[in-house]
Amino acid sequence: MNNILQFVWLIPVLPLIGFLINGLGRKHLSKTLSGIIGSAVILISFVLSVLVFNQVRMGNGATIHFFDFIQLKALKIAFDFKIDQLSTLFLMIITGIGFLIHVYSTAYMHDEEGKDFAKYFAYLNLFVFSMLLLVMGGNYVIMFIGWEGVGLCSYLLIGYWFKNEAYTDAAKKAFIMNRIGDLGFLLALFWLISTIGTVEYNQVFDAANLSKLSSTDICGITLLMFVGATGKSAQIPLYTWLPDAMAGPTPVSALIHAATMVTAGIYMIARSNALFSLAPFTMQVITIIGLATALLAASIAIKQNDIKKVLAYSTVSQLGFMFIALGTGNYVAAVFHVITHAFFKALMFLGSGSVIHAMGGEQDIRKMGGLHKHMKITSITFLIGCLAIAGIPGFSGFFSKDAILAGAYGHNPILFGAVLFAALLTAFYMFRLYFITFTGSFRGTHDQAHHLHESPGAMTMPLIVLAILSIIGGYIGVPASLGGNDALSTYLSPVVKSTIHHLSHNTEYMLMGISSTLIILAIGLAWALYKKYSVPPASTGFGKLLENKWYVDELYQTVIINPLKWIAAFFNNILEIKLIDGAVNGVGKFVNYSSRQLRWLQSGQVGAYILLMVIGMLLLFFIQLFL
Amino acid sequence: MDIKAYIALSVALFTIGVIGVLIRRNAIIIFMCVELMLNAVNLLLVAFSKMHALSNVAKASATFASDAQIFVFFIMVVAAAEVSVGLAIIVMMYRNVHTIDVNFLNRLKN
Repeated sequence: MNNILQFVWLIPVLPLIGFLINGLGRKHLSKTLSGIIGSAVILISFVLSVLVFNQVRMGNGATIHFFDFIQLKALKIAFDFKIDQLSTLFLMIITGIGFLIHVYSTAYMHDEEGKDFAKYFAYLNLFVFSMLLLVMGGNYVIMFIGWEGVGLCSYLLIGYWFKNEAYTDAAKKAFIMNRIGDLGFLLALFWLISTIGTVEYNQVFDAANLSKLSSTDICGITLLMFVGATGKSAQIPLYTWLPDAMAGPTPVSALIHAATMVTAGIYMIARSNALFSLAPFTMQVITIIGLATALLAASIAIKQNDIKKVLAYSTVSQLGFMFIALGTGNYVAAVFHVITHAFFKALMFLGSGSVIHAMGGEQDIRKMGGLHKHMKITSITFLIGCLAIAGIPGFSGFFSKDAILAGAYGHNPILFGAVLFAALLTAFYMFRLYFITFTGSFRGTHDQAHHLHESPGAMTMPLIVLAILSIIGGYIGVPASLGGNDALSTYLSPVVKSTIHHLSHNTEYMLMGISSTLIILAIGLAWALYKKYSVPPASTGFGKLLENKWYVDELYQTVIINPLKWIAAFFNNILEIKLIDGAVNGVGKFVNYSSRQLRWLQSGQVGAYILLMVIGMLLLFFIQLFL
Repeated sequence: MDIKAYIALSVALFTIGVIGVLIRRNAIIIFMCVELMLNAVNLLLVAFSKMHALSNVAKASATFASDAQIFVFFIMVVAAAEVSVGLAIIVMMYRNVHTIDVNFLNRLKN
């Protein structure tokens, strides 16, 4: 068993093989076959990941060298995989949840045509491959390859139904916004290479610790990396792509836009914790951005009526929580929340997919209601997800959110208050969603009511597994105050070192008491408001502001996109058409015109030619004699 | 005799030749005018040759004074050859189009 690390390369290669088979054979494979291939490669990867995890837990992490990726005079970038505590955790989340979502997709996407179905699985496998590359890479360049790969797959899968123009627009928006962030990441890489000439994690951290990097360098590099993280992990100001990304199929939203890809930014910062801990200014920026995002997105989620949009804003908000944890130096809590969030958010997305499936494609919660009677498994698992995300004691979200709240309190009690408020909003909008969708009476059409049914086993099985994980997932990090030993911190301690003030147990009990009570009150408020829901009239004032997402998209449209369009129009109409085209065409037109005029000289009259000749000679005489 | 008289006569002949070429349309007359110009040049060459022969420069070089006269013979030979070719062209032109009007020869136009 000791040689399992020799087979680590199989973990990302298997999804790649699945991608190649499904992608190249998409016209020949039957739906069953491509579904089986797509899921099986991920399952094998998952099994390998678990074996690797066991190895690493015994302290057998390693950096595995394959070949030199780039070799220049002073710069050597190796193609390495880094197998340590942090990457194995992510490996298991990616392959584990990835496998469940692949299985779910076989049922959810069953109405697609054969070759589109295989294409979907090919993209999904390619995504898993890229994401694995991202977390396994032994240096920032390999991470960047995966980083770009997941961006590409996200684009491909958001635009999967590319015949709908709004969907392709959403895909382009996601891609372009990610590119803006990627530029920051890329600049951070260049900065690293130009100052210390290496991008290997440990060498970078050593260089930072040995003060080979000035504090300005560290601050600049970490800020640029954070810009990359805001793009990929949907933080202010680059978050608007994520709600639009809901154009993709629901399992894609669950896998890419909730559980894995959007946590890449958190992974990057957690991975670079040694660097970020040396940059207090960056940490402050991260906290502020995270808090602002968490509050803004949570406030928007309260007023959304599209089931997936609520979940999308909830994801943005939860990612904000994770950044707050990172910003307060509470890296382990951020990773913890990544894990628990992956469970319950994937669960809720898949649950919403199940609802959408039953409703025949309808996503508007105003037309749902009372679905609990028709789809009990979906309803109960969704409720578990809601309880988990709200942070009800005993569920996974409670432990991770409590860790974040405790870290925030240790940092600054006012911050704690703000984060707690965001957590209350979370509980409120999630239960608003639950009550509107699953309780009350059905508000859809008669046809839809007739069609309502529980989803097939391939869809409910992942829901049940994820629901169980959402309940028990938190017990990997029970804090000492609750009699646990915080296994996650211990496990991650070799690579991730949190810099938090430890609170006394009594303070922790007080914080838990406050947050749990208030969260239950928030849920009660949601129940009181929405247990008997009827479609309200169009909201006004503040509600309208929230419903329209604080008009952020419109703001970007006016402040960034329109000026860009004006500049583009200027360059097109003035510079391109008038100046460049004018000059180029002008030369042609001038030659054409002048030759047309000169043509009259060629009259064919011999006399005229001789006359010209004589005039020419006379001119020469004149010049010779008088000038 | 003063050289200026020769120059004046030569210029007069040459100008008549040029004007004749310019304003006449009959090919034979144009030909004659060309000959007139050639002979104006010949006359001038001979006159200058004679003038130089009397000067001091000529005594330094044996061939100095005779160069121009040799040119005259060249011109005569070239003119004779030109006339034979030119007249042949005119004859052929008359055979084909029954005219020797040069303005008729712009048929390649358009």
